[in-house]
Amino acid sequence: MLRIALKMLFGDSTKYLGLVLGVAFTTLLVNQQLGIFLGLLSRSGSAISDAVEVDIWVMDPGVETLDVVLPLRETELYRVRGVNGVKWAVPFFRGAGTVRTIDGDVEATTVYGVDDVSLIGVPQGIVVGDIRNLRRPNAVVVDEDGFRRIFPSKEFQTGLEFELNDRRAIVVAVVKASPSFSSGPVLYTRYSEALLFTNNGRNQLSFILAKSDGSRNMLKLRNDICQQIGLKAVTSNEFKRANVQFVIDNTGIPTSFGTVVALGAIVGVCVVGLLTNLFVIENLRQFASLKAIGVRNSRIIKMVFVQTGTAGIVGWAIGLGGAAAFFQFAGQGDPSFRGFYLPWYVATGSAALAFFIMLVASIIGLRRLLFIDPAIVFRG
Amino acid sequence: MEIRDSKQVLKAAPSIVACECIEKSFGKGQTRTRVLRGATFAAWEGELTYIVGPSGCGKTTLISVAGGLLTPDKGIVSVCGTELTRLPSQKLADFRLKNIGFVFQQFNLLPSLSAVENAAIPLVAQGESYGKAARRARSLLNDLGIESEATKRPSQLSGGQQQRVAIARALIHNPRVLICDEPTASLDASSGKVVMELLREKAVEPGRAVVVVTHDDRIFPLADRIAEMADGIVKN
Repeated sequence: MLRIALKMLFGDSTKYLGLVLGVAFTTLLVNQQLGIFLGLLSRSGSAISDAVEVDIWVMDPGVETLDVVLPLRETELYRVRGVNGVKWAVPFFRGAGTVRTIDGDVEATTVYGVDDVSLIGVPQGIVVGDIRNLRRPNAVVVDEDGFRRIFPSKEFQTGLEFELNDRRAIVVAVVKASPSFSSGPVLYTRYSEALLFTNNGRNQLSFILAKSDGSRNMLKLRNDICQQIGLKAVTSNEFKRANVQFVIDNTGIPTSFGTVVALGAIVGVCVVGLLTNLFVIENLRQFASLKAIGVRNSRIIKMVFVQTGTAGIVGWAIGLGGAAAFFQFAGQGDPSFRGFYLPWYVATGSAALAFFIMLVASIIGLRRLLFIDPAIVFRG
Repeated sequence: MEIRDSKQVLKAAPSIVACECIEKSFGKGQTRTRVLRGATFAAWEGELTYIVGPSGCGKTTLISVAGGLLTPDKGIVSVCGTELTRLPSQKLADFRLKNIGFVFQQFNLLPSLSAVENAAIPLVAQGESYGKAARRARSLLNDLGIESEATKRPSQLSGGQQQRVAIARALIHNPRVLICDEPTASLDASSGKVVMELLREKAVEPGRAVVVVTHDDRIFPLADRIAEMADGIVKN
């Protein structure tokens, strides 16, 4: 009977296509929007992810996120270094800059200043150049997307010059950095150079990056720093989560994406539910004749579930494929989409949503079928 | 053609279909309509029995009750010795699947299935493999003279061909009772005659009772027995 159920489904090609496209559209929308949303959230902590050697971030107690900083006194760095369990601690500056591209356009950039000696905090994936050359005057390291924005027509290379806050900057390396929240160019330079580039004076230390010597528990070390120095100290993972939470709490992004996802789900349920209902109504007489012949209700239920399940699986696969293709190709064409991806749990969640949609659609259909009087087959 | 009084025969010999004092109403309150008012009817194996009468006299309701599709308000319905009114709905469905075949006025074939797939449905529903059911369906379609149309969908068949597919579907599981509701009403005169002759030839056999509701007096000569209904009762 399941073969017959599938033949009934495929035989009504218009409605079959409608059911499949309804689920596919919902799946595509949910995966694409949630993928971008989660990508944006993960971008909020991109510099934290790139500073792979760092265990603990120390900052002013009022700081909640990487993007809004309250400068520390530079003497705090030495106090952190004095805490037992700290292997090393280095300064880290975060500021903004304005870059003039070779086309004459102006781009807002994020400028990170890393420790002059260790250069800790610069992303490790080198595309061209040598990070050690940061020690030269006016030297900067640029991320891939930033290079493409500043030098649109040029291949990745070092030695190119550009204007950063009215000062000459020289590219000494291009690195693979995690995409930033704003998608603008990200520049890395030495801490002392960053203060010059951003025209800031003394005591502009944004963060202190510390490494544990492994002698104590990370959480205990973090608490010790807080208690002994009087500053806020968090582990890298805690700081990443705090950045995500800051975006969720202080922007309209979750509401905006949530609304689109919810609308997609509602439209999916309505479209697929209505089409299933229409499919059942148009086949009511056929289902009634099956019941008259002696096909049990339990078998009718199985038939409907096979029909909606098949349409759901095919639609979900098409929608998921479309979303995967979007993330695969959109990032190649537009740097602002780089780093967005389709997490497995979003794909799994969309499968659950597709299942829910088809379940609702099946119930809508079965509501009529199970109570249909088989004797209607004798009516004209 | 022998016409017997159904009440007398009901008592005289065991019948495959026996409906006794059936009452059935539809609607409630002032809109309540008594369709069957104590109808008694019987059908015997090896016989083609017609139920005839004017529109609205209760013919279709009577065969719906006899086929286990409607539950009577009063009376006893017995098919192949089983009292249908005592069976729960799922057992009743199983009983119909095994013992009763239906031919409908409007064919009620599944539009997206081919002729052979439509004809195979009852066997497949009984749990038979599709391959085996399809072979049996092809053989039946061959007997009914439409094997060449086996792979066509109902929309590609004429009314007469569709009704033959419906007959094949009704006979494929070799039911003890075949119930046909106006099988010639949607057909032209010549197709209707062919279909009834086929029914007479292929369906009427020892061990099976065939009950046909019809208005079509041109096919009366094919009947073994005719039960005439009026105002919700079987007159003779």
